[in-house]
Amino acid sequence: MLSYFLRRLILVLPVAFGVSVVCFMLVQIAPGDPLTAIMPVDATAEQQAAMRAAYGLDKPVPVQYLIWIANLLQGDMGRSIATGRPVAAEVFGAVGNSLLLAFSAAIIAFPIGTFLGFLAGYFRDTVLDRAVTAISIAGVSVPNYWLGIVLVIIFSVNLGWLPSMGAGPGGSQDWHWDWTHIRHLILPAVTLAVVPIGIVARTVRALAGDILSMDFVQALYAKGMSRGDVLRHVARNAAATALSVMGLQLGYLLGGSILIETVFNWPGSGFLLSNAIFQRDLPLLQGTILILAMFFVAMNLIVDVAQAAIDPRIKRS
Amino acid sequence: MTDPILQIDNLNVRFNGKRTVHAINDLSLKLMPGETLALLGESGSGKSVTLKTLLRLLPERRTGLDGSIAFDGTDIMTLSGKRLRSYRGGDVSMVFQEPALALDPVYTVGDQIAEAVMRHKGVDKSEAMATALDMLTRVRIPSPERRLKNYPHELSGGMRQRVMIALALACRPRLLLADEPTTALDATVQIQILLLLRELQREFGMAVIFVTHDIGVAVEISERIAVMYAGQIVEEGTTREVIADPQHPYTQGLLAANLHDVAKGTRLDAIPGAPPSLETRPDACSFAPRCPLALPACRAELPPVKTPGPRRRVACLRAGQPIAAE
Repeated sequence: MLSYFLRRLILVLPVAFGVSVVCFMLVQIAPGDPLTAIMPVDATAEQQAAMRAAYGLDKPVPVQYLIWIANLLQGDMGRSIATGRPVAAEVFGAVGNSLLLAFSAAIIAFPIGTFLGFLAGYFRDTVLDRAVTAISIAGVSVPNYWLGIVLVIIFSVNLGWLPSMGAGPGGSQDWHWDWTHIRHLILPAVTLAVVPIGIVARTVRALAGDILSMDFVQALYAKGMSRGDVLRHVARNAAATALSVMGLQLGYLLGGSILIETVFNWPGSGFLLSNAIFQRDLPLLQGTILILAMFFVAMNLIVDVAQAAIDPRIKRS
Repeated sequence: MTDPILQIDNLNVRFNGKRTVHAINDLSLKLMPGETLALLGESGSGKSVTLKTLLRLLPERRTGLDGSIAFDGTDIMTLSGKRLRSYRGGDVSMVFQEPALALDPVYTVGDQIAEAVMRHKGVDKSEAMATALDMLTRVRIPSPERRLKNYPHELSGGMRQRVMIALALACRPRLLLADEPTTALDATVQIQILLLLRELQREFGMAVIFVTHDIGVAVEISERIAVMYAGQIVEEGTTREVIADPQHPYTQGLLAANLHDVAKGTRLDAIPGAPPSLETRPDACSFAPRCPLALPACRAELPPVKTPGPRRRVACLRAGQPIAAE
């Protein structure tokens, strides 16, 4: 198991290298000059050149990459062009908020999705199954930013139960585990949970349905096992695949919440990313994309290792 | 005379769905303790359905059951809940055709055997594991301690079937149902498994119903043979009686279709045609359309069941008649 983990870990290195190159190049090939966004319109050529040199933008691209990587490895992701603050601090703060939101959504979505999926798979081709299928299709199909706005209208505007914006009272960005802060988390987390509920329910339904129709289920009943025992076996069989789907969903929740973070003004990575894009803040953009991508890579690593731990059929020798 | 361990009377099994299938039609069967019976028939004749009905494994929603099954005097048709679970695997257990599919892929074989032992014997995990080890030794799996911790996919087909047998016998059932347990295996492994089953049957003394489509296998393993066709038993008797003196034209056809002693180049004596689809309940002899000896009366009504000897029966109008032309 340990050797499998180490081998899998080594495989991460080329992926991480590729991700860093893509992150770097993505910004290089983006049209437009980042300096025009922050320089005054009437800046002289010398002033522009000085600014360019200050950010290292006058050097050849490969050299820029190496400098960027070298700094990166020392924890220095550069300074935001727009705010002048260190990118690392901005990104980690925002990613922390996004993680909070993503995990909250996952904690809502995965148990509900799993439960619904199991129900539908067990009672396949019944009214219950069709109801769950309808729910999951609706969950996947409804644009979640629209749903977010609807929820805001209902629960913030009309009922006034929950706040509609930000991660804390008065736009504060410091998270605390108290009711005044958790109140802010509820609406965006619920909105974000809708898509993964649908996807997880659909996956688990298919898995449970397939596994229940396998011969070994009949063999389990034949040796006197109860329905609960059989469900335990089915769950263990479904776990590896379900887990990988959930891991990927968590990755999407983290990176794909731009719209939700924008709708709810949630100070997360998606929010930061959209600001960085609109302000052509290249160091910030690079840093945010890189960190999100690395989370995805780490997520995949964790899922792979967990899968191998659960399912003996996955080769680990 | 002792009481039968299993008595099936007028069993009918009907599958309701997009099309109805009358899988078992008026099947009656008696099995004495310790007796080995081969249920012989081709695909779709209802052999496996009969076994699954005995364990009440058929999906209740889509199955119409009728008739009575008594195991050691207990009515099986009305069992439910805890009593059904202790009957399944405790009194009667089953070896499946395809061990690769009948074992749970993500549990070790030791766990899977121990699970059943814990359920039926009420012992703790370590004791159940000891039983599992003992059973693996009895089915002659090499280095059984190590195999306990193996997953099914780490074993060969023959080894998996040995595990399946160990699992089925771990709780000392009084009746073992074997559903073509050698069909999915290589020829050499088939013989080994067959010999093993025969030996364990003698050792443990349980009754066995052995479903097969292979007459050779039936002869090898069983004292008695019941030949099934279209969800009915068309002929029953001791193995010697049925092989030496087959009275139903279908049994005769099956024996003639056997590959042994056929010279190369000669035509095989296959039975022409295919079994009926059973969408309607048979109201005449199901075999009549394929029967070389059929009379008009065979197509008009159900054949009479003749009993030429004790526990010997043939469901054929022409059974016992001297057969003139062929």
